[in-house]
Parts: sequence; C-alpha cells; structure tokens
Amino acid sequence: MSQSSDVVIVGAGMVGASCAYAAARAGLSVTVIDRAGVVAGTTGAGEGNILVSDKEPGPELDLALWSNRVWRDWGDQVGAESIELEPKGGLVVVGQPDGMAALTALAAAQAAAGMVTEAVPPHAIRDLEPRLAPHLAGGVWYPQDMQVQPMLAAARLMRAACDKGAKIMSKVELIGLMTAGDRLTAVRTTTGTLTTRHVINAAGTWGGEVSARMETPIPVLPRRGFILVTEPLPEQVIRHKVYTADYVTNVASSDEGLETSTVVESTRSGTVLIGASRERVGFDRSLSVPVIRTLASGATRLFPFLENVRLLRVYRGFRPYCPDHLPVIGPDPRIDGVWHACGHEGAGIGLAPATGAMIAELITGGTSPVDPRPFLPDRFI
Amino acid sequence: MSQFTFDDASVRFEDGQTVGAALIRAGIYSWRTTRNTGRPRGLFCGIGVCFDCLITVDGEPNVRACMREAADGLRVTTQQGTGWS
Repeated sequence: MSQSSDVVIVGAGMVGASCAYAAARAGLSVTVIDRAGVVAGTTGAGEGNILVSDKEPGPELDLALWSNRVWRDWGDQVGAESIELEPKGGLVVVGQPDGMAALTALAAAQAAAGMVTEAVPPHAIRDLEPRLAPHLAGGVWYPQDMQVQPMLAAARLMRAACDKGAKIMSKVELIGLMTAGDRLTAVRTTTGTLTTRHVINAAGTWGGEVSARMETPIPVLPRRGFILVTEPLPEQVIRHKVYTADYVTNVASSDEGLETSTVVESTRSGTVLIGASRERVGFDRSLSVPVIRTLASGATRLFPFLENVRLLRVYRGFRPYCPDHLPVIGPDPRIDGVWHACGHEGAGIGLAPATGAMIAELITGGTSPVDPRPFLPDRFI
Repeated sequence: MSQFTFDDASVRFEDGQTVGAALIRAGIYSWRTTRNTGRPRGLFCGIGVCFDCLITVDGEPNVRACMREAADGLRVTTQQGTGWS
C-alpha cells in the first residue's frame, strides 16, 4: 500500500487532532496514524484543563494565552457545546495568610504579561464559590481559564479535519522514515509506506520513542497522575476550576517523589473531578492507595461537603514532560521534514490548538504570532 | 427468613445475600433509572465494578446493590437519576 500526502501526523490525541485540523484548514493533505485509535493515550486520561493561571511569565504563558484565543475560535467553528467547552474561569485559593504574598506576586507578574487576574479577599471568596470551606485566606480569580471534555474535543476536531479531506488510520504504527539525503520522502508503517513531505511527531508521552524510531531523538518522559471521580451530583455544584496555590509550584517542580496539590471541579455530567498528583514512576499503571487518600483529603479540606459524596472510580495517565518543562514544537534540524509537537506535560489540552496552528503556519511559510524559538527541538540536540 | 422492603414490596433474603441478589431472586430486575433518558438499570457486572446497579438504601443514594449486604428492615427504594433531590 502506498499513499501520498503533504503531512503525516503520528498520534491521534488532542495535539495530533489540533495539528490535523490546523493543517487541513491551511489546505494541506493530511494523514493521521495512531498505533491504537483516537484519544487512546493521555488525552483520554486528563481533566480537560485549558489554564493560563498556572503559568509563570515566559514562553509557555505566551503560548497559553494564544492557545486560549484559538480554543475560543475553534469552539465557535465546531460548536462549543458539542465539546463541553466552558469558559468557567479558575479560582486559585490559599489556606493560610502567609501564602498570600507569593500568590499576589505571581498574579501581578502574570497581569504584566497580559493575563486577566483579580484578587479575591477572604470575605468574597464564597460569593464566587459557595461550597468552599470557610476561613480561607484569600485567592485570585482568573476569568480566562476554561474547561473542555478532551475526548469529545479531539474526536470532534479530528472529524472536522476529515471533513476537509484528512484521513485517519487506526492501529497503524510508525516503524521508521525513508529519506533522500537528509530530506524526508516517506514514512514506513506497520501497514505500508506513506509518501509524504512532512511528518509530525504528536505522540505525546510516547513522543520520545517515536522520535527515536525516526532517528531524531528528543527526551520525553512520563509523569503519572491520578484523578478521582465522584458520583454524579444533580448540578455543577462547583462553579469554577478551583485549586490551591501550591499547584503552580508542583507543576514547575522537578522533584522525583510524589507531589500532590488540590484541584477540584464539576463536569457537565455532574461528577466532580479531583486531582492532581505527580510522580515519576515510568509507565507503572498500578493503583496507589496513599495517593488516592491524599487527593481525597485535600479535596474535602477545600470542599467539606465532599465528605458525604461517594467516589465512583479513579483513573490515571502519564503526562509527557521534557527536562526543561517546555514542549517541543517545531522542525527537527537533523532531517528536513521532521516536526515535533509533544512534551506538553499536563498542559497539552490547553496548548494543543496553538501548537497545531504554529506548525501549520511554519509548514506553509507563514508566521507564528508567538515566537517559536523557545520551543524548538534544537535545545536537546 | 429475614426481609427488607423495596418500594412497597417485601423482599426476603438469606443471611449473607446482597440487596441485589435478593432483588433478582424476587424477580425484580431493574431498580434505577438513568439520569438523562430515564432508562431502566439493574445488575450488570454484579461484582462492584460497573456502578450500574445503584439504588437508594435508607435514604442514602448511589449504593451498589451488588455490594451492600441485605439486613432486616432495610428500606430500599427505586433510585431516579442521580438520587440526589
């Protein structure tokens, strides 16, 4: 079997779907391959965070702010309701007064970088989020934060890409590349050769392995996280994304051991999702009761009513992280035609549209509104 | 033999039986309606995994009928939707 396209995308998660949608809209012919199927990896194991609030000023925040705008545009294009895209806003809270100074300083720096932030004094916090525990020291309100149902969103964008001519091949795995000199000519897969000018590595946590098969290795490693799911409640009793300020430090940390912070939100179906844990334990899928206990007790401290709400299940996934906690986005200088779009850690859902848009712009000779240089793979070569 | 009530009916059970097992033996196969379309639900996996057999016991919603041991005098009721009113 031989088939020809402008772009082959490896990985049918949120980033692969975003690349496919952006490339198809730019007029490129697209083939997406996935060794399993649509959203079989980390996209199907997350919370659907589209956060700006957890980013410190820097390149990732610039990308997040752009991606936030692209999410809103794409929501309008495919139907925000159909993907449960909710501009609900985020509320970051602090338990003890001595934690307020750090959060206030972060919010000031974020505001200077273009984010909308609003300090919430202790007496006003339960007007915003009535079920929160009393006596919190304060918080910051981030109206740009959003939530999406990531599986619906990736599948919907993939379908929209297919409407523009893209093709998806499930249960097809990349084996290697064919080149002429240092120029890509085709992708070798388990079901045959696909002739193509470009290949995009959007394999998420498995992006390291895919990059090695392409002989353009980049370091992408797994960081495990658990999410607890409660029984469905009759309405979305928690109105916003609510998390404790230590989440930001944990996201940026390179500590080897277990880190937990409390992230709580309601979904459209009424369940409450509780996170977030971070562990570097490879691809170990075994259940960790201590992690579940820590997450549950953090959530009930923040929202005491959850004590009487039953947990239905627990799921886990593997965030793809790079050693410097920035995603790898852009052309690989070792082989002309190889692109990377992975390593987004826990922010892949939020950053996916800008990632796809940036690569589509660069492939078609356009310009990216956010400087692509900090994300280029060159830093690992 | 001991018994509990299910809505207006009496259901007999043997010691050690679950609420779900006793209901099935009494010929009752569904005791919950789904949240969105009101479709009937009862035992599916029967081993505590699938959360299909949710039921309200003594006013407590979302109890797994396949996991809750039957007890004399329990007031078991059909659960509508989330069970939270």
